[in-house]
Amino acid sequence: MADVVVAPTEVKAEPWFGKKEQKLIKDPLHIDNPITVQILGVCSALAVTTMVKPALIMGISVALVTGFSNLVISLIRNGIPKQIRMIVQLVVIAVLVTIVEQVLKAFSFDVWKQLSVFIGLIITNCIVMGRLEAFAMSNKPWPAFLDGIGNGLGYAWILVAIAAIREFFGRGALLGYKIIGAGPEFLVNTKASALLSWYQPNGMMVLPASAMFLIAIIIWIQRSKEAKLIDIS
Amino acid sequence: MDLLNIFIKSAFIENMVLAYFIGMCSFLAVSKSVKTAIGLGAAVIFVLAITVPINWVVSELVLGPNGLFKTDLTFLRFILFIASIAATVQLVEMAVEKYSPSLYNALGIFLPLITVNCAILGAALFMVAREYNFSESVVYGIGSGFGWFIAIVLMAAIREKMRYSQVPAALRGLGMAFILTAFLGIAFMSLMGINPATYFAKH
Repeated sequence: MADVVVAPTEVKAEPWFGKKEQKLIKDPLHIDNPITVQILGVCSALAVTTMVKPALIMGISVALVTGFSNLVISLIRNGIPKQIRMIVQLVVIAVLVTIVEQVLKAFSFDVWKQLSVFIGLIITNCIVMGRLEAFAMSNKPWPAFLDGIGNGLGYAWILVAIAAIREFFGRGALLGYKIIGAGPEFLVNTKASALLSWYQPNGMMVLPASAMFLIAIIIWIQRSKEAKLIDIS
Repeated sequence: MDLLNIFIKSAFIENMVLAYFIGMCSFLAVSKSVKTAIGLGAAVIFVLAITVPINWVVSELVLGPNGLFKTDLTFLRFILFIASIAATVQLVEMAVEKYSPSLYNALGIFLPLITVNCAILGAALFMVAREYNFSESVVYGIGSGFGWFIAIVLMAAIREKMRYSQVPAALRGLGMAFILTAFLGIAFMSLMGINPATYFAKH
């Protein structure tokens, strides 16, 4: 909730990246994380986290889209009639997602090929519209932009963390580099080593349900450290 | 018979939330009490029952090669689907706000978020992928909405009982909801006939 501002006798020039602005970036990374606290963007956290690389690119794209859609909506927020605001928001999001997709297609065709479906799904990622509704519709452009970037990054680090665990334990690889598994193409060949012949990749890590467990564990750790996040209802 | 088949399949075997894990955000956030869960579940059934047939009309009669423009405009599918969904949800929001302000307040931000509830767009895309005809798409919309309704009410009922259990403080509420969903999902996978080989082949 906004602090009550006592009318200042002199108007002080506000720093353009002061405490308040830093808070907008920092909070979503931890105590106001979109996935573990606000429950936004969970579907894609399940879908794109089987491997690190798509998760990383997805995270960056979402951060850009949330940032710039917050900026655009905040700029035009006073001109949007309440009855059609969703359609306006979705058009802005869809345009930005299309730009991201085209840029990716132009500069990094391989990644685009791998991710094209997921990039389209950013349109229905609830983080983007959630932040538009909750923040950008009632705030100035610069804080709104920072809020969008912050939330996107908060989303991205959870995604990458889950993807790293799932890829390593589910496939024995990280970022596509094969590290541990049965076969000569892996760095540590468990078949050849007598000490590690018991090792099996954990098939459950490939199922979407494992991402739910991992998010629950992250929530557990986070809330054990931050007592004020604990649900007391 | 075929229609009943589609209904049962979309509601239970291919349950949106518990088998495909889509439409998760509002599922987790609004499943705290059975009453609000029923409200949102009903809204989702309503939205799906309307938008899936509308999107069938859009994709067959407007975008298809035999449609209005006699050209293949399927690249516009995402934007038109989303636009028709957004318009429907906006209507539902106005109706709920007018006739049930308490439900409107309880649903909060998650009512407009039905628009970006992936279950809605997901159902429209599944409808296209499975090449349903009009009556099948109506049944599919109602069926998958019903499946979502069952899932969220089930979850809300479990979470209401969970309140009397000794859960570690940090896991209370949301943390437990994630774990419960994972278990429910694994349970629903048995309906599909769990078979890792085909699962890996598909992904």
